[in-house]
Amino acid sequence: MPIRTVMKANEAAAWAAKLAKPKVIAAFPITPSTLVPEKISEFVANGELDAEFIKVESEHSAISACVGASASGVRTFTATASQGLALMHEILFIAAGMRLPIVIAIGNRSLSAPINIWNDWQDSISERDTGWLQFYAENNQEALDLILLAYKVAEDERVLLPAMVGFDAFILTHTVEPVEIPDQELVDEFLGEYEPKHAFIDPHNPITQGTLGFPAHYMETRYLLWKANEAAKGVIDEAFAEFEKRFGRRYQKVEEYRTEDADVVLVTMGSLAGTVKDYVDRAREKGFKVGAAKLTVYRPFPAEEVRELAKKVKVIALLEKNITFSIGGALFQDFSRALINEDEKPKIIDFILGLGGRDVTFQNLDDVLSITEKALKGEKVDEVNWIGLRKEIL
Amino acid sequence: MVWGDRMAESPFKKDIERVQKEYSEKMTLGAVAVIPGSSVVNKTGSWRVFMPEFNKDKCVRCFLCYIYCPEPAIYLDEENYPVFDYDYCKGCGICANECPTKAIVMVRETK
Repeated sequence: MPIRTVMKANEAAAWAAKLAKPKVIAAFPITPSTLVPEKISEFVANGELDAEFIKVESEHSAISACVGASASGVRTFTATASQGLALMHEILFIAAGMRLPIVIAIGNRSLSAPINIWNDWQDSISERDTGWLQFYAENNQEALDLILLAYKVAEDERVLLPAMVGFDAFILTHTVEPVEIPDQELVDEFLGEYEPKHAFIDPHNPITQGTLGFPAHYMETRYLLWKANEAAKGVIDEAFAEFEKRFGRRYQKVEEYRTEDADVVLVTMGSLAGTVKDYVDRAREKGFKVGAAKLTVYRPFPAEEVRELAKKVKVIALLEKNITFSIGGALFQDFSRALINEDEKPKIIDFILGLGGRDVTFQNLDDVLSITEKALKGEKVDEVNWIGLRKEIL
Repeated sequence: MVWGDRMAESPFKKDIERVQKEYSEKMTLGAVAVIPGSSVVNKTGSWRVFMPEFNKDKCVRCFLCYIYCPEPAIYLDEENYPVFDYDYCKGCGICANECPTKAIVMVRETK
């Protein structure tokens, strides 16, 4: 029987790791993710998880140890956030290039300077071009489920890419919510053993990993990464379907909410999706034809689903806790790319909000809606809007 | 192969023959090199700017060039004179630097 209990997202991530039975965990503590390796080290010390827990001196070493372990052919796990993920940056490319399905739990946090430990998505969004898969959890249950799903997809022979699962700093990492811990047996059946054919140590069958790639070969490795990212789209759908069958919880790359007859759709990721769905209910009561959509998967970018969503609505409002300078948010770029060659497309308006832990309130969403209403009437509005800015201190 | 063993030919000769037979450019997952020793297909001699020029008359057969060559791309013939493998000699000049009789000099290679 699955156990229904209450826990923080950090603990949910640790539980997910325990259920996935990685053989090696290497991690370095950083707010707000510290509790993840702390909890896992407890599992290992208590004999509840048979794994090597490597204490390292930096995140660069943590991910490097994971690369080494994964290259030897075992399941690996780590957790980090913010500057820690940034310090891992160069190794993230190596993990993807070597096709090592490492899974990282990210407590999504802003980047310095100024030092800020609170939530936004600048850390993992900045890693969007590393070749890693990216999932974003709305709540603690999703944090647990998506880590299991991340392993399922990452280790699939058609994919073999590392994956990161983001959940919002403090809003989820440190908030206690009901979480169902699935049965170990069911998880074992779902994930199976990880037995790679391209990454192993066997003295009788020596191979060289992490080789030099001359100009005559490098480009093809990048093309294969591109293809694996494309293949991941279908594999994710399959994994989501199997997960629903086994565990009863449904996931979609793009989850729509009340979009059937909507003129405006508020699109976001992570925990903000909960707030936005609540807001949609209230706005509907006031007569606004508004819906919501959540990206559970950010890389590979679900362009097909976005195009389907775009057919239904007149305005897409992107609510983003990240900033790509001189562009807007990263989603703005991704959505524009997905829709640029469509004959008919909705207006896309970008909203930057919630950076560095700034609360996103219903009043903020009122401001968003008033801008989308203007756009609906054909009035000219800014492409990129900063919401909740304290203009009085500027 | 241990130091002091005389090498009349490339210690990689067998590898080179085997790799030439097995080697395929077909891309592997994660760019894993699945044939041990397959780096011999990269003829690193093409990197060379200066090449060692050997003057047999000055050579005292001290073996220093043979010992110091980091590749190793210097072998010894039946009379213990050095033989240079220009497929893999990168032209580092260590042999010329070590040669006590200046029997080896580095000259700019004209290609």
